Amino acid sequence: MSDYTTVFGSIDRYERGTVNIVADDPKNYLFSNMFDVAAKSRPYERVAVAKNFEYVIEVARAEGGSPWYAAAHDEFVTCLDHRVEVHLVKLDDPDAAVDPESEGAHRLPELPAGRKMGRVVLGRGHMAILPVGAAYRFEAARPATLMIQSIDGPETVHKWAEICQK
Amino acid sequence: MAMSDAIADPTRPANPRGLPLQSAFEAAPADNRTGYRSFTAGHFGFRRDGYFAHITWPGGRHQMAIDAFLRALMRDVAWGFFYGTVNFDTVFGTTNYYGEVEMFAGATNEAFIKSGTAYIERFKSDELMRIFKEMIGDWTNEGYDPFAAPMETGAPWGSKNGDNDPAVSRKRVTAKRMVGLPGDTPLRTDASGYPVNRMFADVPQDQPEVYPEPGFEHEVSAFNLFAYLSRSDVTWNPSVCSVVKESLFCPTSEEFILPVEHGNDRPEWFVQLSDEIIWTTKDRDTGAWRAQVVCKAGDVCVMPADVRHQGFSSKRSMLLVWENGSPKIPALIREGKAPNVPVRF
Ligand SMILES: [Fe+2]
Repeated sequence: MSDYTTVFGSIDRYERGTVNIVADDPKNYLFSNMFDVAAKSRPYERVAVAKNFEYVIEVARAEGGSPWYAAAHDEFVTCLDHRVEVHLVKLDDPDAAVDPESEGAHRLPELPAGRKMGRVVLGRGHMAILPVGAAYRFEAARPATLMIQSIDGPETVHKWAEICQK
Repeated sequence: MAMSDAIADPTRPANPRGLPLQSAFEAAPADNRTGYRSFTAGHFGFRRDGYFAHITWPGGRHQMAIDAFLRALMRDVAWGFFYGTVNFDTVFGTTNYYGEVEMFAGATNEAFIKSGTAYIERFKSDELMRIFKEMIGDWTNEGYDPFAAPMETGAPWGSKNGDNDPAVSRKRVTAKRMVGLPGDTPLRTDASGYPVNRMFADVPQDQPEVYPEPGFEHEVSAFNLFAYLSRSDVTWNPSVCSVVKESLFCPTSEEFILPVEHGNDRPEWFVQLSDEIIWTTKDRDTGAWRAQVVCKAGDVCVMPADVRHQGFSSKRSMLLVWENGSPKIPALIREGKAPNVPVRF
């Protein structure tokens, strides 16, 4: 038996830390918790929890099936707690689906023509590439927390006042 | 106020203090008594004995416990002077200008600044790096690994006793796209010399189920990031695991104390993936205390560009350090064209 217990959180069980101020404003630390965000969001709302110029980290509550998305650049998704499936389709004409100059994930009204690339089943801590040129969607039997490395785009939701310590 | 060289000539490293480059370096032979070599860079001198690193400069001297000094020097070397300022302690450190670097005593300490005793010299990065690498190689004894947590390695004290070159010459891992992709940074396994750390023995080692259609075997890819981090053999050494243009996911495993107070020249984000880290933040320029940030699994926070930060991790923990590697940012922040805090609400 291990002498140490590694603590991971999940959408149904997490503990938040805190900012203790000496001479500062807690708002300067944009302190939030990814499980808290997922627990309180609508399915597949892509909530920005970190932003550095155009780049973002989004957190999404996976629950049921998501829309199809595509981006003009790679994105990466990490599952933080429960099983989530990722389905990938290689687009015949990616530039027609998403402006190649655009940034961030775009929701596709319907799946454009393409070839099935395959699927990935992610468990806690598993990271998958959402490659440029592909469309993807998520599927989760029970609510789960996804962390997505991307760029601020039309699907990115900013609700900092709701999620951050004040 | 000095004009930024980044504006005057974008091909040259910024030199906001307008300092000349120092080019004198020296590595003296081993001391008869301690067995260690001493070094000079510009007008800074470095000497070690059984307990301390001694640093001298015109008009001043300073000493650090050798374990703390070697741990800090190791990070500065491995990170190539990193982003912004690496404070070895409240007195000595370096500031990166990406191609050139400033080395200072007291330049980020309010008392030194106010009394006019802060001292700064400027070097070509590769030249100072050469001396720093010689120093870490010579001053690290057999059985001591400055990358390791204190409970996992030997003691650094005493006279010269062998060396540990494999430990101090580790290369920082930088994936080009994502760990595990064909031709990119490989996964860590027992066979490749990365056993699971004792404090992560309970971390599941399962891999994602990947079902590529024929022809897409190399494009449909996933890996267990937590298992990968559980096998890291170093502490406080962020390595790039996934890349979206200049957005760099740099997860790392942390135990004991971040050996430097890092004064980044841009906002730096922390995503706590497991366990707990306590951060102290201080003013970047003066060292005055600002806040303490307690991060538990799932917590996300930013270190504003005008603080220095240092982390404390009782149990080995997994931390995702998120950096924006854009070379344009430091000048924008210095000139007030970009905010210290990336989002206002
Ligand atoms: Fe840092």
